[in-house]
Amino acid sequence: MVESLLTAESIGLTIRGNPILHNVNLRVAAGEIVALIGPNGAGKSTLVRVLLGLLRPDSGRVWSRPGLRIGYMPQRLALDNTLPLSVQRFVTLGTPAARARVQAVLAEVGAAHVLDSPVQAISGGELQRVILARALLREPDLLVLDEPIQGVDLNGQYELYDLIGGLRRTHGCGILMVSHELHLVMATTDHVLCLNRHVCCSGHPDHVARDPAYLDLFGIDGARRLAVYHHHHNHHHDLHGAVVPDFPRSSASAGEGGHRPPVEQDRG
Amino acid sequence: MDDFLARALLGGVGVALAAGPLGAFIVWRRMAYFGDTLAHSGLLGIVLGTVLNLNLQLGVAITCLVVALVLVLLQRQRRLATDTLLGILAHTTLSLGLVALAFLETVRVDLTAYLFGDILAIGPIDLYWIWGGALLALGALAGLWRPLLAITVHEELAQVEGVPVFPVRLAFMLLVAIVIAVAMKVVGILLITSLLIIPAAAARRFARSPEGMALLASGLGCAAVGLGLWASLRWDTPAGPSVVLAAAFLFVLSSVIPGRSWR
Repeated sequence: MVESLLTAESIGLTIRGNPILHNVNLRVAAGEIVALIGPNGAGKSTLVRVLLGLLRPDSGRVWSRPGLRIGYMPQRLALDNTLPLSVQRFVTLGTPAARARVQAVLAEVGAAHVLDSPVQAISGGELQRVILARALLREPDLLVLDEPIQGVDLNGQYELYDLIGGLRRTHGCGILMVSHELHLVMATTDHVLCLNRHVCCSGHPDHVARDPAYLDLFGIDGARRLAVYHHHHNHHHDLHGAVVPDFPRSSASAGEGGHRPPVEQDRG
Repeated sequence: MDDFLARALLGGVGVALAAGPLGAFIVWRRMAYFGDTLAHSGLLGIVLGTVLNLNLQLGVAITCLVVALVLVLLQRQRRLATDTLLGILAHTTLSLGLVALAFLETVRVDLTAYLFGDILAIGPIDLYWIWGGALLALGALAGLWRPLLAITVHEELAQVEGVPVFPVRLAFMLLVAIVIAVAMKVVGILLITSLLIIPAAAARRFARSPEGMALLASGLGCAAVGLGLWASLRWDTPAGPSVVLAAAFLFVLSSVIPGRSWR
């Protein structure tokens, strides 16, 4: 079995009387990409904050490999307009680094051109890449990405996911990422955890896509989109080093759909 | 130049130097009302200092710090928003200071001097306190700069990257308390916030880095002190408010000067 980077055992958390997390188990192994998906309000970000040690759970425990270096990409970055901060300064706030090194990391995420721009002046997609660059500069063992494609247009989303998918190879790190929906993370992910306050289902993305609990949560429309979007990924398959015949399987996953007739599906 | 005028200028410049960088952080962290609240509690510090026979500046700094800690504790409950809590604290402590002052029958206190400052009455000993406090605050801020900037940009990201968020935040509050204590003599507790935030706001358009903005804020603060004192002599106006007006004048000037700002 591959070495564990981070494990969480039976995490439970109640905030002001609302049960947010119930008996959640999770494990990220070295070099593995784990996606945490679920609808809004499912407790995804809360779970991430528990895993990062920012929030103490009421029950259960979080273990991380001793000396584990985490690169974190938070969901939202609202920088006050009054703070004059260049991208270079922002990237090096957590880890001091020479300009050439910053330039190299920014180039890796495709944002080298904004090195000297004010953080407030770059686009949403550029900002996400810059935040990712700051996480990579730490040479992390584990990357934790909370909704990494927020504010990014559709084409940019696929680029960003491919970029993230390649990081495990180039940096040898494990990745835990939060996403709204499965179809976007399909191609790059090893293991999916579908969260709705508890773990509804988990496993390989194809397996989760067929799981009735997943279809219940997202509705049949979500499952259909899965098939449509999956085709976009065909020209990126070589990024993982091997040609994987992806779509016959994925269109089948939507076609074979759930174990119940589609008409009876509720939207989650 | 008369002695009292030289002392006024020297004292004002000392305060302005420390207020610039600290004020920049107050602006970036949107804590203007927080600074105001601490300043309002300053009068209570004066009374405590008088009763306990402490140095008044020390009394003010300690009171400000206690109020800051009370605020941190109150923020833990999440029923009331921070600005509401600040409003409650600011005016409760100011009123408490005024009421407590009334009980001190044997002590005559020039209330106006504490509320609006008495920069022309700065004595040699005041100068030591002002410069001592200002240099202490600037030195500590320099040491705290990097982690403080990191938590200002994103607190949780900084925490994951290993910044001890709570101690840094606490240390920053302590520095604000110190600067308020030494600035009180110059502009008074009701006007202190202006010396913190107006120069910083005026510096924003011309700054390309956090450090640049902090230094420029110090410079503009010093200019406001000089300009305000000169105007106060020229037209025989109250000195503290004149300094604040000079700062406001510089702010307006900085907003209308043509030229592109960075961003």
